[in-house]
Amino acid sequence: MAAEHILLRHLDVPGLDRLDVYLEHGGFAALRRAVTEKSPQEVIELVRASGLRGRGGAGFPAGVKWSFLSADVFPRYVVVNADESEPGTFKDREIMERNPFQFLEGVAICAYAAQAATAYIYCRGEFWDLAAALEARIAELRAGGLLGKRLFGTEFSLDIFVHLGAGAYICGEETALLESLEGKLGQPRLRPPFPAAKGLYALPTVVNNVETLANLPPILERGAEWYRTIGTKDSPGTKVFSLSGHVVRPGNYELPLGTPFRTLIYEHGGGIPGGRAIKAILPAGASAPMLAATDEVLDTPMDYESLPKVGSMLGSASIIVMDETVDIAWVVLKTTRFFKHESCGKCTPCREGTFWMLQVLERLHDGGPAAGQVDLLNAVAKGIEGKCLCPLGEFAIMPVMSGIERFRPDFAAHEGNGK
Amino acid sequence: MTATEIRSGVLRQRHAAEIEAILARYPADQRRSAVMPLLYLAQHEYGYLHAEAIDEVAEILGISGTQVGSLVGYYSLYHDHPGGKVRMQICTDLPCALRGAESFAREVCQNLGIRLGETTADGAVTVEEVMCLAGCDKAPMFQVQDDHGIHYREHQTVAAALEWVEEVRRTHGR
Repeated sequence: MAAEHILLRHLDVPGLDRLDVYLEHGGFAALRRAVTEKSPQEVIELVRASGLRGRGGAGFPAGVKWSFLSADVFPRYVVVNADESEPGTFKDREIMERNPFQFLEGVAICAYAAQAATAYIYCRGEFWDLAAALEARIAELRAGGLLGKRLFGTEFSLDIFVHLGAGAYICGEETALLESLEGKLGQPRLRPPFPAAKGLYALPTVVNNVETLANLPPILERGAEWYRTIGTKDSPGTKVFSLSGHVVRPGNYELPLGTPFRTLIYEHGGGIPGGRAIKAILPAGASAPMLAATDEVLDTPMDYESLPKVGSMLGSASIIVMDETVDIAWVVLKTTRFFKHESCGKCTPCREGTFWMLQVLERLHDGGPAAGQVDLLNAVAKGIEGKCLCPLGEFAIMPVMSGIERFRPDFAAHEGNGK
Repeated sequence: MTATEIRSGVLRQRHAAEIEAILARYPADQRRSAVMPLLYLAQHEYGYLHAEAIDEVAEILGISGTQVGSLVGYYSLYHDHPGGKVRMQICTDLPCALRGAESFAREVCQNLGIRLGETTADGAVTVEEVMCLAGCDKAPMFQVQDDHGIHYREHQTVAAALEWVEEVRRTHGR
């Protein structure tokens, strides 16, 4: 597909990470028009009509999320989730590094719609250099009158600040992120209340992912109807798919939602190295059920509505590809080690459950007493299911249970090796 | 850095303007939000976050040392023990592991004569294993944590990584 990029526009326009180049290519016209010609409510309606769904993982319609803001309560905040930490996900990083002004314009449009005068970009701590670059760009915008007091001669003022996390996957969960931004332990809150009612400092807050916000300038410029011509009816627009693992050309690929796995993996990714057979796909990093790469799965459109039909979900659309040489029991050991490490410790099923799943998996891999261990592992996972405060615990068991269900022989082989 | 110097407020003396700039990002009645950037500032000043550094940050914010200390233990990028001059943190998470990161980490360690988590005999580099760094398409890769922040090194080979270690040894005068 040689179609133009909407989000990864830097691939079409060299130097787009420079403000002069971005302005030459129509940058900030969308923000100016929104602020000077539309009411915040009209912007929300437009985004709702576009059908844009949150790109962080949950796929919740962005315009609808904004419409939940408590009426008449101010100040309000916009908080950008730039804590990109899902294994296999590296799309927000590319957007912020290489097309930063489109992202920042999107933040400003969102802030206008939410009537917020302050936005925080919560970047994972490892994005140290990226955060410094973003701060420099924000300063450029301030100097150029595109951020600050009374923008474009209106009553709307906006400041954007970058806040660095310090290495905690759970802070990608929006309420944990808010706790962290408040200077507390980054642990999830009980919901409701949702952030739109009581978010940062218990005030109405919109939390959106980087990629979601980068969609706003083109939607404002070209309209909801145009946006809906791309993708599928229920999943409009393009998506940046992070492709990793056993592919010839790993990387980010911006494609219309609804593009089949096969097209991404074989046409764009160049297929499997050495011409080996594909075995399994994790379609949303570690946080989704693993798929056996059957023809049916490979021909499944990658969108929010189709993945559940084959027993998984789109999530952040970070596609990890595994070839025939991979032992799925090892994959599950890796994902479980990740979740055990990242469990915040607040709720018991997740904290203890991930610990015990890892114990059983390590026993299997070390050739320890093995009879019945796979059933035990499955039982521990079932004990976690549906009992956690936030999705992390649920995510942790998805690769485990789907791995056992769809690749049982890989686990049984380890049982056979036991004493 | 002696305890006396710390108690006299080195952070405030040396970084007064930066501390004010950090505090200005948050509402005046929400100073606690500044705790994470202040911990980074203290860590870069002292090399790691000892009890005095934690108390100093707590004092600036008007919260307890326990509240600050709990964050140091919770977040993986804060260190309450001294390490090597530079931390080499190799991602061995699933996507990187599928592209050879585990053998990369093993070979780097073998060449340096240490195990994962250990520091080279000359104190120059601590090699650690970390979770996904959002560099999966550029594996093997690692991040470098030093007094100046965090930087990525991607598309690595064992030879290139060892060359970088030599560079660290030269520039840190060990």
